[in-house]
Amino acid sequence: MTNLLEIRDLHKRYGDVEVLKGVDCAMAQGDVISIIGSSGSGKTTMLRCINMLEDFEGGTIRIDGEEIGYDTAGGRRRRKKEKEIARQRAMTGMAFQQFNLFPHMTAAHNVMLGLVKVKGMGRDEARGLAEKWLDRVGLAERRDRYPGQLSGGQQQRVAIARAIAMNPKLMLFDEVTSALDPELVNEVLQVIKDLAADGMSMLLVTHEMRFAYEVSTRVIFMNQGRIGEEGNPREMFVKPQTERLAEFLMNSTFN
Amino acid sequence: MGYTLNFSAVWRSFDLLLQGLALSLGLAVMGIAIGCVIGLVTAFGLLSKNALLRRPAQLYVTIIRNTPILVLILFAYFALPQMGVRLGKIESFVATLAVYSGAYLAEIFRGGLLAVPRGLKEAGLAIGLRQSQIRNTIVIPLMLRNVLPSLSSTLISLFKDTSLAAAIAVPELTFEARKINVESFRVIETWIITSLLYVATCTVLAALLRRLEKRMSIPR
Ligand SMILES: Nc1ncnc2c1ncn2[C@@H]1O[C@H](COP(=O)(O)OP(=O)(O)OP(=O)(O)O)[C@@H](O)[C@H]1O
Ligand SMILES: [Mg+2]
Repeated sequence: MTNLLEIRDLHKRYGDVEVLKGVDCAMAQGDVISIIGSSGSGKTTMLRCINMLEDFEGGTIRIDGEEIGYDTAGGRRRRKKEKEIARQRAMTGMAFQQFNLFPHMTAAHNVMLGLVKVKGMGRDEARGLAEKWLDRVGLAERRDRYPGQLSGGQQQRVAIARAIAMNPKLMLFDEVTSALDPELVNEVLQVIKDLAADGMSMLLVTHEMRFAYEVSTRVIFMNQGRIGEEGNPREMFVKPQTERLAEFLMNSTFN
Repeated sequence: MGYTLNFSAVWRSFDLLLQGLALSLGLAVMGIAIGCVIGLVTAFGLLSKNALLRRPAQLYVTIIRNTPILVLILFAYFALPQMGVRLGKIESFVATLAVYSGAYLAEIFRGGLLAVPRGLKEAGLAIGLRQSQIRNTIVIPLMLRNVLPSLSSTLISLFKDTSLAAAIAVPELTFEARKINVESFRVIETWIITSLLYVATCTVLAALLRRLEKRMSIPR
């Protein structure tokens, strides 16, 4: 069986600085992988390469066996056409730290936009689906509100609904609770837990160690642009194999 | 001074002034509408990473913003025909106003585009939208909301610039006023009424733009 996601020897640099120095990762359908690691270790960059928000110089990323972003034929590597990359981006969904809802559209319209413009769905069908997903994240009665009229936690749940409604094969979460007031964190984490329970494949960068421990099937510890350690959460959190991870976990709070 | 104001000569020709005003508005709407398109394209050019797009945009804006509009009007009407581009008075003026306003609007639009957060474009990309879809459904609508407050004074200023069309005998408000002035010798009266017509029009324009701004504002 092919892996859902397969990353081989991923290299990425910003100017002179190599940020990813050869990352390998494989993920099966239904996996929930948490990516932890200190600030600047390359967690965000790795996620952003997977949906080509960043170009990368070396290595391959495959989703369902399909090479993402580049064509390598006869040893020559060429960036795919914009239209093709847009299609591949729709295979993944992403939720951002800053929510990034479109401020001039209601919650429902935020969710509908991709359904109509990317999936070519009719407005009525798109509206129905948007309402279904907003209901699933507990925002049925807020669907006609604008982002500016919603709390941070509500905005993030709309953003997750917007991504999920596109029916992605894989969801990417980048520290989706970091910008939230503490009392709003749980409502968002609960939505993610529900998605995990439904069998959604997810890759999530998080600083919430307790949550990573509870929800993940596997944990990846990023360290200076490489995967420092990976394994199942029980082993990793209880018996870290590397000093780096032990140190990192000591400085993290579990709450 | 024993001068008594007598408006009767002006009232007799009042419909000419109104016709002039109508033409002034027409010139402004056409010129600025085309100018908006030029300005939008130029604004994207100014922000382009590609120097082949950016440099011409910068050059255009620099030249136009450093040339008096009257010179541009005279150039378009008198010099262009010598170079083989023959336009009627009105067409020539509308084209000039479009090119002139385009440069100013480009600068305004550029600022408005810069104020659209990068994360919103990335959110658009992440759901699979293409660049053009992001531009049309996210970037431009938000940019317009960003610039609307500062657009008002520029649009009013551009409307007033239509009075310069009198220099090439386009029969707009100022030109008609001068004709009445010459024919009736009622100098003070003519220019008082003309000024008031400009003031009234600009006031209405400002009110309309404020209404538009309110209607387009995002609920929060
Ligand atoms: N656009 C950019 N240009 C230049 N350098 C960048 C850019 N984005 C990230 N970097 C650098 O790349 C490195 C990895 O950044 P990245 O955002 O992936 O880290 P991270 O693990 O997500 O950190 P954090 O926990 O703070 O979010 C950092 O050193 C960062 O300064
Ligand atoms: Mg990060």
